Parts: sequence; structure tokens; C-alpha cells
Amino acid sequence: MNDREKILEVKNLKKYYPAKHGNYLKAVDGVTFDIYRGETLGIVGESGCGKTTCGKTCIGILPKTDGTVYFRGKDIHRMTRKQRFAFTKEVQMIFQDPYASLDPHQKVYNIIAEGIRIHRLAGNKTEEQKMVLELLEMAGLLAGHASRNVHEFSGGQRQRIGIARALSVNPGFLFCDEPISALDVSIQAQIINLLMDLKKEKDLTMFFIAHDLSIVRHISDRIGVMYLGKMVELTDSDTLYDHPLHPYTEALLTAIPIADPDISAGRKQMILEGEVPSPVNPPQGCRFAGRCKKCMGICHDTEPVMQEIEPNHWAACHLYGRKEK
Amino acid sequence: MGNLLEVRNLSVSFFTYESTVQAVRDISFDLAPGETTALVGESGCGKSVTSKSIMGLIKKPGKILEGSRIYFKGQCITDFTIKEWERFRGKNCSIIFQDALASLNPTMKIGRQIIEVLNNHDTGLSRDEKVKKAVEMLAMTGIADAAGCLEKYPHELSGGMRQRVMIAMALIGRPELLIADEPTTSLDVTVQAQILEQMKQLQQKLNMAILLVTHDLGIVADAANKIIIMYAGRIVEQGPAREIFYHPVHPYTKALLDSVPRIDRDRTKRLRAIEGNIPDMANPPKGCAFCGRCPEAMNICEEHAPVLRQIEGPHAAACWLNELHTIHGGTDA
Amino acid sequence: MKDNIRTFKKELFSNKAAMFSLILLFILITAVLLAPLSPYDPYKLDAGQKLLGISGEHWFGTDEYGRDYFTRALYGGRVSLLVGFLSMLMTVAIGTVIGVFSGYAGGRLDTFLMSFTDIFLALPSMLLMVILNAFLQPGLKTLVVVLSLFSWASVARITRAETMSLKERDFIVASRNLGASNIRIIFVHIIPNILGPIIVAATLSVANAILMESSLSFLGLGVQIPLASWGSMLQGAQAYILNYPYLAVFPGLMILITVLSFNLLGDVLRNVLEPKIVK
Repeated sequence: MNDREKILEVKNLKKYYPAKHGNYLKAVDGVTFDIYRGETLGIVGESGCGKTTCGKTCIGILPKTDGTVYFRGKDIHRMTRKQRFAFTKEVQMIFQDPYASLDPHQKVYNIIAEGIRIHRLAGNKTEEQKMVLELLEMAGLLAGHASRNVHEFSGGQRQRIGIARALSVNPGFLFCDEPISALDVSIQAQIINLLMDLKKEKDLTMFFIAHDLSIVRHISDRIGVMYLGKMVELTDSDTLYDHPLHPYTEALLTAIPIADPDISAGRKQMILEGEVPSPVNPPQGCRFAGRCKKCMGICHDTEPVMQEIEPNHWAACHLYGRKEK
Repeated sequence: MGNLLEVRNLSVSFFTYESTVQAVRDISFDLAPGETTALVGESGCGKSVTSKSIMGLIKKPGKILEGSRIYFKGQCITDFTIKEWERFRGKNCSIIFQDALASLNPTMKIGRQIIEVLNNHDTGLSRDEKVKKAVEMLAMTGIADAAGCLEKYPHELSGGMRQRVMIAMALIGRPELLIADEPTTSLDVTVQAQILEQMKQLQQKLNMAILLVTHDLGIVADAANKIIIMYAGRIVEQGPAREIFYHPVHPYTKALLDSVPRIDRDRTKRLRAIEGNIPDMANPPKGCAFCGRCPEAMNICEEHAPVLRQIEGPHAAACWLNELHTIHGGTDA
Repeated sequence: MKDNIRTFKKELFSNKAAMFSLILLFILITAVLLAPLSPYDPYKLDAGQKLLGISGEHWFGTDEYGRDYFTRALYGGRVSLLVGFLSMLMTVAIGTVIGVFSGYAGGRLDTFLMSFTDIFLALPSMLLMVILNAFLQPGLKTLVVVLSLFSWASVARITRAETMSLKERDFIVASRNLGASNIRIIFVHIIPNILGPIIVAATLSVANAILMESSLSFLGLGVQIPLASWGSMLQGAQAYILNYPYLAVFPGLMILITVLSFNLLGDVLRNVLEPKIVK
């Protein structure tokens, strides 16, 4: 696996926000991972774990505090204006809120055509029209929708417009920030299927963030689990589900409700006590120690590091001791 | 055993300047005492409006239409006066909402807010007894430091704690029915699991009925005895939980079950998406509201709305396919 | 936009005063534009015709030089409204540019521009306008410049606040992430989205400018003889106010009607274009 081309390399990324009394809100506090070409990496975590901040920092929408992010070998936080412009053609984003992410004063056509115009992808007006119509169709919208205003559309359709806009510049890398959590249940599947089809069709590399582990598992090849600004486990989707190493992942998995009374009644839920501590003053040692059922003495003092416990299965937990490199 | 709550032909519309939104269209159902019933549907299907109707919380421009009847233990509550509603709420029936922060007064300490609820139902208790009762109730909802919690303001508590406080406030009057309107939607999964478990335990302890209003079939699976599925203001299917999960009849129910990725299933399986969008309730379709999105739609579906008809025992569905089976079954016999 | 027009109509029809003011403004502007159709010359002196009082021939009577007062009022209205509109345009232009850039750039430029704006808001503007006018060549151009100089600051505050809240929105982030330049973002995404508050501010600033112009002209610092504005007509009427009160009443009434109408219209527009304030 490691011989595949790394598209995005994130090393010890940190993103702090100034908080009251000279403290810092450590939204992302030292996260390291890679995204390989053609895969979908999902990141799950509860609200406040820093997953969205992490994603936005990784594609340069937010400035970093520390660490590095390389996109195809280039440090994205140290790009020239020209490199940055080229980067925007490569990396696109789907937003969580389909209402806030579309300009309310624009027609659908102009929203989708914006990227084409900025990057001068169409030679003339007719070509541009053709491209916009293709994008509309690709996103499951009708040609007649182009001349309409955004407010005439429902959440799911708006999300389709957002997808068409993102793909208008033919990016190779797509960052999806909880793209379906604002949608109705019956619409969610449409958007997931659309994203998965497009990924296959356009050979996209995807970076997918959500709080819902079942959705992330469905769409991702590999999954990273975040807790309070840290990555606690990283492995491929099936392994994570069959054989989670970190106690937090285990708790997260068992907490997910299953729409089946028999399975639901039969399985043992590991119900966590308490809630996520504040990222302004994270606990010393392992950040999960206070809620962990398997907590040991060392957990309160020393912070565990991410290590490869099994091949391609990384976790940050003292349960597995310290592996020699 | 009689029903705790009977809803008969409930219709609720919202009259706005531009249009009339028919949020709930002629629904009837029963709740049995001590049982959990889940009211499941997507946003705009009328599930929240239904629960608010039971609590007398429909405000202008909304209106419960003529002919709608809701009986609580045989007593008709649809034409209650303001005074009667005040007595009813909290004592017979309580409601908790999704957004606990918005339901709590931000400038008042938790303790005072809970005691206020007790004051509304002149219990004849002294102040000390009330405080004791509040602490007891908070402890029962799983708050570790219940006495300390009384002295806190809502913003000092986490989301899960606030929802526990809401539950404590709702249950302190020992109602026979608790309506939980999306109680865990704004919470994280691990906290959601805590709250759901807590509600289950409280139900056993206090022997109350719960009406769980939600969009998530998952949280309903091991909590509900009975499930009611709503779509576009109507009940499309209702029945015992196991029947709904294992023998769904209505195409919408089936699609709803198949459209959500499940952690215990093969992840490579493609999700069954429900194409199209939810109909505009200002102008609901003439026939079956699901018709435009239904993979099994027939000509009749477009023209005539099906009625809720019994399938087996308490299991009922509103679908022409179901009618067809009954008719065919009838001729065969 | 179509929706805005619909809500505008709805709001207008439900607000009688606003409807009335819109009709009044329409009549007023048409009348002022058609002023040359009047049979009288607004500048020609005729001692025999002076101070004639109200009659069928002279609707507003004549002034102390025998000029038809109605025609004077129409021509005066041209000046007043012209000053109002011109200084509104300038006010909005300066205010929007400073506000949008300040809000969009943020940081030090924002701090600097906003301190600058605050100073302008804190100045005793009437006093300074009087002083400035006294030093500069009096006339229409000076008037417009001076008026806008002292009223752009409030527009800048509004547009800055709107820009600040807008620039963090997802659709702006999306546009930036598509490689859009700052100029493109400002002109394509920000300004169209703050047009509502700008239009409201513009409407109110017309009323304000007319009022200020009248005050200055009343003090003799506005437009110069023989040009008239409602303000300077008021000034001329001072000497005759006891015997010929109509000389003061008519221009005063015109100012009142115009300013009130613009303010009412501004309120309606605010309800339509900034619904968050209402709800």
C-alpha cells in the first residue's frame, strides 16, 4: 500500500484558536496521515473533535498553526499566488450546509459556470454552456434548472448544485465536509450514491468527513477516528469495524443504533460515561482516559503516540504497549 | 386495558399569507399506557406538529381543524381551556425537544427552573421538600452531582447534561405520557446512547408511555414497541416494531430501511436511494403523496389516496398494493 | 429579485402611508421635471406683480420680485432634488467602497479605515459644513461635495458590517476555493448581496441631503442667487413671514413632504430588503 502515490501528506498538523485568558482552543493538535491516490479517506469523530477544522486546514482554507501539509509534494501553506491558483483547480470542496454554500443572488448557471470562467476552461460562450449542461446532467439535475434561482431548490438539489460547482474545474481531489448531515434521510442516499458514482467515473481522490460512522464506513476505503483534536485510530474500513483497537472506536461503533430489533437487542453496547472534555484545557496524558473503560495508570500521565500496531492499522493507545520501530 | 391516548382524524394546517400548508392530514392512532411508540418520518412529514397538537402547543398561523379529536384517558383534550392545558401539561403529559438550550431559560439557575415546574402544580410541598425532589429527579436521570447541578446555569452544562435536565423537568410531575421530539438529534452518538438508555430505565421505573418522535429508524429499533411511519402529513404504515422492521409493506417504509447505510451490513452494497423530493405540502398531490417517488407506483396511485388498512392484527398500511393483495386474496378464497 | 419586488408590493399595499408617499414623490418628481412647461419665467423680475398672494393665475402667489412662486418652487425643487440625488450617489459610492474594502480586508487596514470613519461620525458636521462652505466657492458642486463628505461614514459602517458577516459565509469560501480573485469576490458575490442595505441607506441619505441642503441654503451658504432651492426660498421668505406667510409655508411644506416620503419609503425598503430586522 505504501508504494502508492501519496496525494496529500499531513504531518503533525496543528490548528489553535485564541481563547479567553491567553489560552488556546486546540482544535487540531498534532495530526498525521496520508491520502493515497484514488482512495477515499474518511474521518469520523464527535462534534468538537476538530475533524472539520482539520479538513479545512488540509486544503488551505484555514491557515495552520504548526505542522505541514504537502499536496503532491508541495507545501500548501507556502504556495505562491500562481501555485495557489493552480491548486484550486486540483482541490475542490463540498460543504455541509447546502443553504449557506450557494450565493443566493445568483442563478444556478452562473454558480456552476464560475469555476469555468475563472480558470478559462471554455473557449467561448457556447462551449461554456455545453459544459454547464453536462455538469448539471452529471449531478442529476435538469437543463431547465440552469436559469432558476437557488432558493427554488430543496436541500438535496442544492447539494447537487454544489457538487456540480466543485466538479466544474475537473479536480482530482474532493474534500467533502459532512455533505449529507443537513439532508433528509431519504435524500442522503441519493447524494452518497452520486458521490460514489462520480468518484469512480472521474477517478477522484476523496477526503470525507462525517460524524456518522455508518456513512463514513460505507463510502471510505480507510477511516481515521478523531477525538479531541487527535487522531486515535487509522485503518481500512472493514478492519476498523471488525476489529477496532482503540477503546474509543469500540465505544463509537457500539453506540451506533442499528435499525434491526434483533441485532439491536442482541449486541452489547458499550455506553461511555460523561462527555468530551473542553479542547481549551484537554486532559494530560491520553485525552480519552477520563471516559475509558480500560484506562490504566499510565494513561493519565503519558500521552500515547500513534503507532502501527498491526500492518496498516494504526492506533494511539497504551493498551498495546510501545512497539519498537 | 383502555388506551392512554387516542388521536382521531387529526388535521392541522398552517395559514400563511401565500398559502395553506397542510402539515397533518387526517391521522388517527392510539397510544397504550406504559408502551413506547415511535413516530418516524422526515422533516416536514408532520410528526412534530402531531406531537405539539397533543400538548396544545399549536400556535398561529397553525390551526387544528374542525373534526379533529384527541382523547386522553377518554377525556377530549382538543377543546381544553388555557387553565386546563396548564394543569394537563407536566402532570398528565410532558414534552422534551431537540434543542435543550433553547428550551431552558438562560438567565435562571437549573434548580429554580425545576422548582418552578413544581410550583405550577401546587403540590403542597415545602421549599426544602421541593429541592429534595428536584435533586432526586436529577439523580434519577443520571446526573452525578445533582445537588451541584441545581446551582448551575444552562450554558455551564454540556449538551447531554442539558437534555438530562430537560428530562428531569419533564418527569418531575410524574406524567403518564412523555413526548420526546427528536430528543437526541443534536447530540453525539456516544451521548445519544447514554440518553436513550436512561430513558429506557426511567420508563421502567416510572411506568409511563413514551411517544418517541424521530427521523432515525435506528434509535427506534430496540426502544419502541410500536412504530408509526408518517409521510407528507399522513400515516403510511403502523404496527408492532418487529412487523415494521421485518415485514414492511409500504414502499416508503421499505425504502427508508434500505436507504440508510448500516454498520452491520456489507458496505459495498449500493444504497437504495429514494429518488425525487418530498412534495410541497402547500399543494399536496391528489393521490398517494409518495406516488411520484415510488418504484411500484400504479395508475390508481396518482388519482386516489389510499386509506390505512389492516394487514394483520395491529399492522396497517396505506398503499394500493396492499389493497390489491386483499382483493386478490378475497377472490381466491 | 423577483421575490423582493413581490414582497415590496405586498409591504407597500399594506402600508397606506408609504403608498401615499410613493405617489407623492412620483407626482413631485414629475412636476419638477416638467417645470419648463410653466408659462412663467422663474428669474424674470416684475415689480408690478410682487406679493400677489394665492390666486388661480399664481397658485402659490408671487414673491417680493413679482416672480411666480409656483414656478420658483418647481425650479427650486429641481435644485433640491438634484443636490439630494447627487450627494446620495457620492455618499453611497464613497461609503460602499470604504466599507466593503475595510470589512473585506480586515486587519490593520480595517482598524485604520474604521477609526477614520469614526472620526467623521463624531465631527459636528453642521458646524464644519458651515465653515467649509464659507471658505470654498459656494455653489451646487461645493454643496454636493461637502454634503457627501459628511454623510458617507454611516454608509461605510453599514456596508462594512454586512461585508464582515458575508465574507465568512460558505459560498464566499467556495468561490475563493475555485480560485476567484478578491476583486471578483467583492463585485460578483459581496456587493450584490449587500445591495439591499445599500438601497435603504441611499434612500434615507437622499432625505438627509435635502434636509441638510435646505439648512445650508437657509443660512445663505447653499446655492447662490438667482438659482433657488427650497432652502433659499425659505430664507427669502423670512422678511415677509408675518404679512405673507405663504412664502414660507410652501417651500417648507415641499421639504417636509419630500423628506418624509423618502424616509417612509426607506422604512418600507428596509422591511423588504432586510427581513432579519423585522422577524
